[in-house]
Amino acid sequence: MTIELFMQQLANGISIGSLYALLAIGYTMVYGILRLINFAHGDIFMMAAYFMVFSIINFKLPWYIGAVIVIVASVGLGLLLERTAYRPLRDAPRMSIMISAIGASFFLENLATYLFTGVPKGFPDIKVLTKPVSIGNISLSVSTIITPFVTIILLYVVLFITNKTKIGMAMRAVSKDFETARLMGININKVIATTFIIGSSLAAIGAILWGSKYPSVMPLMGVMPGLKCFIAAVLGGIGNTTGAVLGGFILGMAEIMLVTFLQPLTGYRDAIAFVILIIVLLVKPTGLLGEKVTDKV
Amino acid sequence: MIEKVENKRIRLLINIFLAAIFVAVIVLLDTKKIGDDYIRRVLNLTAIYTIVSVSMNLVNGFTGLFSLGQAGFMAIGAYTVALFTVPLQVRPNVFYMVPQNPIIAQIELPFAIALILGGLLAALAAILIGIPVLRLKSDYLAIATLGFSEIIRIVCTNAKSITNGALGIKSIPEMPTMWVFFGVAIISVIIIYLLINSSYGRAFKAIREDEIAAEAMGINLFKHKVMSFAIGAFFAGIGGGLLASLLATVDPRQFYFTVTYNFLLIIVLGGMGSISGTVIASFLVTAGLEVLRFFDEPLTLFGVNIPVFRPGFRMVIFSLLLMVLVLFFRNGLLGQKELSWKVIHNWFNRRGKKKTGKGGVA
Amino acid sequence: MSILKVENVTMQFGGVTAVNNLNIEVEEGRIEALIGPNGAGKTTAFNVITGVYTPTNGSVYFNDEVITGLTPDKITKRGIARTFQNIRLFKNLTVLDNILIANHLRIKSNFMSCTFRMPWSKREEKQMREKSEMLLEKLGLSDLRNEIAHSLPYGEQRKLEIARALATDAKLLLLDEPAAGMNPSETMELSSFIYNIRDEFNLTIFMIEHHMDLVMEISEKIYVLDFGQLIAQGTADEVKNNPRVIEAYLGVDEDA
Repeated sequence: MTIELFMQQLANGISIGSLYALLAIGYTMVYGILRLINFAHGDIFMMAAYFMVFSIINFKLPWYIGAVIVIVASVGLGLLLERTAYRPLRDAPRMSIMISAIGASFFLENLATYLFTGVPKGFPDIKVLTKPVSIGNISLSVSTIITPFVTIILLYVVLFITNKTKIGMAMRAVSKDFETARLMGININKVIATTFIIGSSLAAIGAILWGSKYPSVMPLMGVMPGLKCFIAAVLGGIGNTTGAVLGGFILGMAEIMLVTFLQPLTGYRDAIAFVILIIVLLVKPTGLLGEKVTDKV
Repeated sequence: MIEKVENKRIRLLINIFLAAIFVAVIVLLDTKKIGDDYIRRVLNLTAIYTIVSVSMNLVNGFTGLFSLGQAGFMAIGAYTVALFTVPLQVRPNVFYMVPQNPIIAQIELPFAIALILGGLLAALAAILIGIPVLRLKSDYLAIATLGFSEIIRIVCTNAKSITNGALGIKSIPEMPTMWVFFGVAIISVIIIYLLINSSYGRAFKAIREDEIAAEAMGINLFKHKVMSFAIGAFFAGIGGGLLASLLATVDPRQFYFTVTYNFLLIIVLGGMGSISGTVIASFLVTAGLEVLRFFDEPLTLFGVNIPVFRPGFRMVIFSLLLMVLVLFFRNGLLGQKELSWKVIHNWFNRRGKKKTGKGGVA
Repeated sequence: MSILKVENVTMQFGGVTAVNNLNIEVEEGRIEALIGPNGAGKTTAFNVITGVYTPTNGSVYFNDEVITGLTPDKITKRGIARTFQNIRLFKNLTVLDNILIANHLRIKSNFMSCTFRMPWSKREEKQMREKSEMLLEKLGLSDLRNEIAHSLPYGEQRKLEIARALATDAKLLLLDEPAAGMNPSETMELSSFIYNIRDEFNLTIFMIEHHMDLVMEISEKIYVLDFGQLIAQGTADEVKNNPRVIEAYLGVDEDA
């Protein structure tokens, strides 16, 4: 293998990893607060990609306006999801909420299939993002290069919100102890809504960047990234935002390295995440940066 | 007292009578006196769905573990039956792209043995996933099992010399009688019923109710969780094996993880923790999926719907139904109860009360 | 002879030390109590003894065998059973089922022979049921056997939880605030109940309790915990007059 090819793949790995990281933040925050695997998160990501297709191809909007609309629409969808599928079950058994999450996810997938058909749609070609850039002998698209930076910047924004703002303090309180926080008069609904707003907008940004890399939009495109990103969150330590980003990077790199060095196993690329999950659960179930949580008896 | 004994005897007679009708209907269908192939196939599919759903309820409804691996365990059972029951002489025609692995290519097993082997392999897979995942809080089981069923599908697509890849395996011998499906279904349901009403079944329920208390009462959580999970997987594998012989063909797309959601809907509808509810719901959902077909374009794969390939209003309704059930009718048809004459009696009484607005007679 | 020995046990969570160098010896056949202000680390001590937590330091002996590091179910099998501060019954199951479940740990048949109702398993199940019925009879819960656990009145739920612990054939019973939420007459009844079961089942009882009347009346030895430290031990009178105990309780404005 040439050094150029390696560098190219390295850049790809980092780029994919940062896309995973964007989605993983949403999973880790929702899990941290509600102890819920938000199965529908990947489907919000999918819907965001469709929103982009419609606003740019069908409504011929410029990409930056399209992007804003997509983020707003995804946030709306995320809030709607929380309102209809999760909030009514807040005091229900855990199993019911999980089933509701599965139901919501399956509903969005089926709705997309029904409305947009299962035939893949082309993602709009946003020139600013897809333009190739040559560095030495390596040729990369703009989106590949900027994705890691976007992710790092957004990570800092999220960290700022959770650590430095009032609502962030409330979020941390709720994730430490839901019941006590509720008794202390923290507006739980507001905290949860904020979590979904942050998660959904990151998923929307992720979808835009993803689309310029893999320009094919399908109803089930969110399923695999969704599962993988939850695993990335577990790998980083569930509930820990920085951990989720780290987990996403590691997962992306692992996949690309498999494809690069063990080409005969390329077909098993999607299986790696689950192997990692099993290893993490065996070796360090709290994840890389997670804290040990003790159950109250 | 005498009246009670009398009542009991009448109920027993009615039960025997209903069982006889059921047997008679199946015999008539089986001997092609009534119904057509389509009805027979749907009913056989119902029997298979019953096995898998009841086994899923054992894990999710009775033990309180959120497993979503049914499609994967079914795939293991289905591929085991497919690999070992296709007659040796037709194998080269099936594996025309990539020749079958030479060792497997020489083994042909009777259906019953392949079926049980499939169940055992599924149980083994469950134990292997269960060991890392079930030691901890079972939260991650849902993701691990979903992932597992995807891995199984990926392996089936890629390991061409064993599974024939995306082409699938055709020419699986079909069963001569509906009793294969209904017989296995009845036996499976009875076994799971007996298990749940044994000391081990009570331990499972204890884990569902309160893990910490169960452990404090001396129940080894890990052992019992793995046990329940593996037994559930065994029967899902059996269901998969039957499905392979019903369809006479297997291919990886039949075991997309969304298939598991069918069973999830069934156990939610029937009641998490009710075997009779699950049996009724299996019938309702399988039949319902067929009836709802007029909402949709024609399908090819007998109820195993793959949303990627067709636009489906049916599946939108289906998923909406799952949500409505869990949001508004969390207990489903029977909750944690079993169907009994008492339940039916109470149900009618309640109905009567509502209509007349008067207190009914107990 | 001491049935339970806690030796130099320290339990830390992150930087917080919940229990610090605790030493306790409970004599066989006696009723002893662990008291202390809220947050003193009493329940943590119980959780260490029953295996819910593995202590940061120190060991726990039961009948002179080390049980530190064993999982809760293994410890229960050895003969220590407990109740919980906030009742943890199997809520949606019947009273009888709650008791039967506590018998499961001694089962000899495997799941196959139980499922297929082998003669020896049927015999075992029958014995289990007889034993459970007898226990319910002795504790006066017989009439409630088919009631769903969470539908019982509060006092009966407490009683059922103790009955369930007894059904494990425990030698040592740990009661975590058995009188919590009870009125004075119920508390009185509880104290004779505890005496009775101790004699009837040859138990040793170690309990956490806030009702001082109850503690002073029935415990033969009392340990006082404050901020994770053992500050006093002895008979009711000795403890009552210990200045450090008075200080600990008055300091946090607790109605001792």
